[in-house]
Amino acid sequence: MLQLLYRLRRRFKKIVITLHPKRLFDIPVDAECINPDMFAEKSADEIASLKVWEGNRQRTLEDLFKIKNETVSSSEELTIRVRGDVSKVRRIGAKMSMGNIIVEGDAGMHLGEEMKGGVITVTGNADSWTGARMKNGTIEIKGDAGDYIGASYRGSTQGMSGGKIIIHGDAGYEVGCFMRKGFIKVCGNVGQFAGIHMRNGTILVQGNSEGRAGAQMVNGKIVVCGYLPSVIPTFTIDVIRPKVKVNGEEVEGPFYQFIGDLADRGDGKLFVSKTKNPHLSMFEEYL
Amino acid sequence: MTHLIIKNGFVYDPLNGINGEKMDIFTSNGRIVEKVAEKEAKVIDASGMIVMPGGVDIHCHIAGAEVNSGRLLRPEDHVKDVEVKTRLTRSGVGYSIPSTFTTGYRYSRMGYTTIMNPSMPPLEARHTHEELDDTPMLDKASYPLLGDWWFVLEHLRDGLLEECAAHVAWIMNATKGYAIKIVNPGGLEAWSSGRNMRDIDDSVPYFNITPREIIRGLCKVNKLLNLPHTIHVHTNNLGKPGNYVTALETMKCVEDLAEGDRPVIHVTHSQFSSYKGSDWRTMSSGAEEVAKYVNHHSHVTLDVGQVIFTDTTTMTADGPFQHRLYLMTGNKWVNHDVETETTAGIVPFRYRRKSAVHATQWSIGLELALLIKDPWKICMTTDHPNGGPFTAYPSIIAWFMSQVARKKTMMKISKRARRNSLLPSIDREYSFYEIATITRAGQAKILGLKQKGHLGVGADADIAIYDVNPEQVDPSRKYKTVRRAFRKAAYTIKGGEVVVKDGQIVKPVYGKTFWLDVKTSLPMEVNDDLKQKFRDYWTIEYENYAIPERFLHASAPISIKAEV
Repeated sequence: MLQLLYRLRRRFKKIVITLHPKRLFDIPVDAECINPDMFAEKSADEIASLKVWEGNRQRTLEDLFKIKNETVSSSEELTIRVRGDVSKVRRIGAKMSMGNIIVEGDAGMHLGEEMKGGVITVTGNADSWTGARMKNGTIEIKGDAGDYIGASYRGSTQGMSGGKIIIHGDAGYEVGCFMRKGFIKVCGNVGQFAGIHMRNGTILVQGNSEGRAGAQMVNGKIVVCGYLPSVIPTFTIDVIRPKVKVNGEEVEGPFYQFIGDLADRGDGKLFVSKTKNPHLSMFEEYL
Repeated sequence: MTHLIIKNGFVYDPLNGINGEKMDIFTSNGRIVEKVAEKEAKVIDASGMIVMPGGVDIHCHIAGAEVNSGRLLRPEDHVKDVEVKTRLTRSGVGYSIPSTFTTGYRYSRMGYTTIMNPSMPPLEARHTHEELDDTPMLDKASYPLLGDWWFVLEHLRDGLLEECAAHVAWIMNATKGYAIKIVNPGGLEAWSSGRNMRDIDDSVPYFNITPREIIRGLCKVNKLLNLPHTIHVHTNNLGKPGNYVTALETMKCVEDLAEGDRPVIHVTHSQFSSYKGSDWRTMSSGAEEVAKYVNHHSHVTLDVGQVIFTDTTTMTADGPFQHRLYLMTGNKWVNHDVETETTAGIVPFRYRRKSAVHATQWSIGLELALLIKDPWKICMTTDHPNGGPFTAYPSIIAWFMSQVARKKTMMKISKRARRNSLLPSIDREYSFYEIATITRAGQAKILGLKQKGHLGVGADADIAIYDVNPEQVDPSRKYKTVRRAFRKAAYTIKGGEVVVKDGQIVKPVYGKTFWLDVKTSLPMEVNDDLKQKFRDYWTIEYENYAIPERFLHASAPISIKAEV
């Protein structure tokens, strides 16, 4: 009983550190240090003196942000709240392994890059490379996101290898490029090449896709609930399914199930809504 | 007027037979001298340290169009290894294909002062020399690829040996090259029509010549021209199980051309040519057979081409081999056909401990180095970056010097490879003297560089000092100390100047570029027929093809009197 009470107390004993940008940044700021792991067990002064780059100038966090520390320090349940427009601030939450980051506004590129745990929530839009190479944790974007969500580094084949990315708005090109594991959900539309080079994992697109979904995928699952202009010729139709199981939930179909990308000897599965894509009915004769 | 005295070091100078004697080395104006007055000189106290000639690397791909394509291909290789600009050094990136300046700094930090860039398509010579000029801290040279050059093939087919020699002399001058490099003789030309050579008696399409004839022909040309290095051969069937037979055939085919003890052929990265078996599942080590042959013959020298367990980038002029590698890995691939001259290929590759094939490759490299008794016949290389980056040399030194180090790595490798490896049965451990031989003295001797690789009077004052005391440290047990010492030279002295101290660059310097100025009695001018062919076949006109000497940052021609 005592232990439970203690746990509950710890549960509620949150610390929230709030950052307000002091001005509107017009050149990129590289702030890898906005990260619960870096803030944990540091005094207010230490946090204020963390280094960030603004363009080619090194500055401290205090130079750019007003920092407000709200409760007493404890390494767990640390929350960083960023209030204001930080769309020029890159690498927020990069490599974080615990805690929460809440961005109330727009976030910059490379948000949650290589993150290993914890939760990032953005109430506005996020830019490109969100969750690139992430290993675990959750990223939730209430607005739109840019290109290369959960992608690999340029040239590398190691994309997102775990965790969850949920985008309530639209996403750009090459969502889940070289994705290896994990789950990406886009409630809006996606650009071209969703799930390109995908090795495994799941991408659920509730809106439309601009096309070329699953190019060069080797394994994994892509579900497009909306309109898909055409299926890549190196995919072959397999079966029609009434519903698809995605991340433990069932999505009502019916769906055309395609297998590909055969050009890469792939065995990935591309599900495309039957009702939203009457132009794909020509594939039915090959069933 | 700079004088330097290196005091009380344990000197290892195999070319002069000095084995760990405590002595002083004097340098003056970039040369090693008998003695200088102590009050005029800067004194370096090397007591308790090893003093060796500056390191020489006979085979490392560090410059040229191919290397640069490799750099473009691999941004993910660079992002993990970034060098920040300092007051003295430029910024750069690694890892397996470091940028030019970083390459120079890293070699220098390990005590290396001379390196050879082994594959230069003659057409890309200008680019290669531009990059070599941007590689500081080192003296360097480059080998033009001639094994599949159309005119060489035509001359050799028609039996015009002397004309061929005059032509090669012209190429050495035109491309500012140092030695004849032969890569997969005939195979690269065949690759242009989608084929490869099965063995050294296969016929090259259109030219109707065999690899055997190319190797023998160029070996004779090499002798006619009196070139300081032998032919530098990358064998046919490289990287194929069962290819040790081809390697042996290649060595045997020039056996009769040897005179005395002078080698006539250098088989490069021989680890990649020493595989037994019929396919990858049955692949095993052919090191014993190759070593046995080399132990009984003096006309051949080798370099190891040791494999390191790491993520690297393979790049060779051997287009068909790279294509096979691409099919095997499914990785990204660059394929290039250099007009009438050669081909090239690049594929990123990761050597894994747990892969039986990769672990066997690792074992073969060490077996070769340990089974070949004479350290003057073998050089330590990784075929940078094909077997791994050159920065792994200290680890290889540790494996050579310590059975414990080898055992420790053996415990981590694939079980099948461990079972088949010959290493547990070999108890040889290299001494510092032998390490000095395979990393510098032997390499310089094989290359015919008279000024390098030794500390005798008159030699270039290229010296490496490592902070390890051979009287106190037993390398076979304390291999980690040795590895650490070789990773960061206590001092590197280049041309009589201290350029590295405690593993840090203290003075950036530019090195020379060696090339052969071959003097033939036959006219070296190219005849009208050849000029017309340049017009017909090449994208570059004959007049623009040759590199003028003033193009090099610091040209160091070596005059050679040829017999034709």
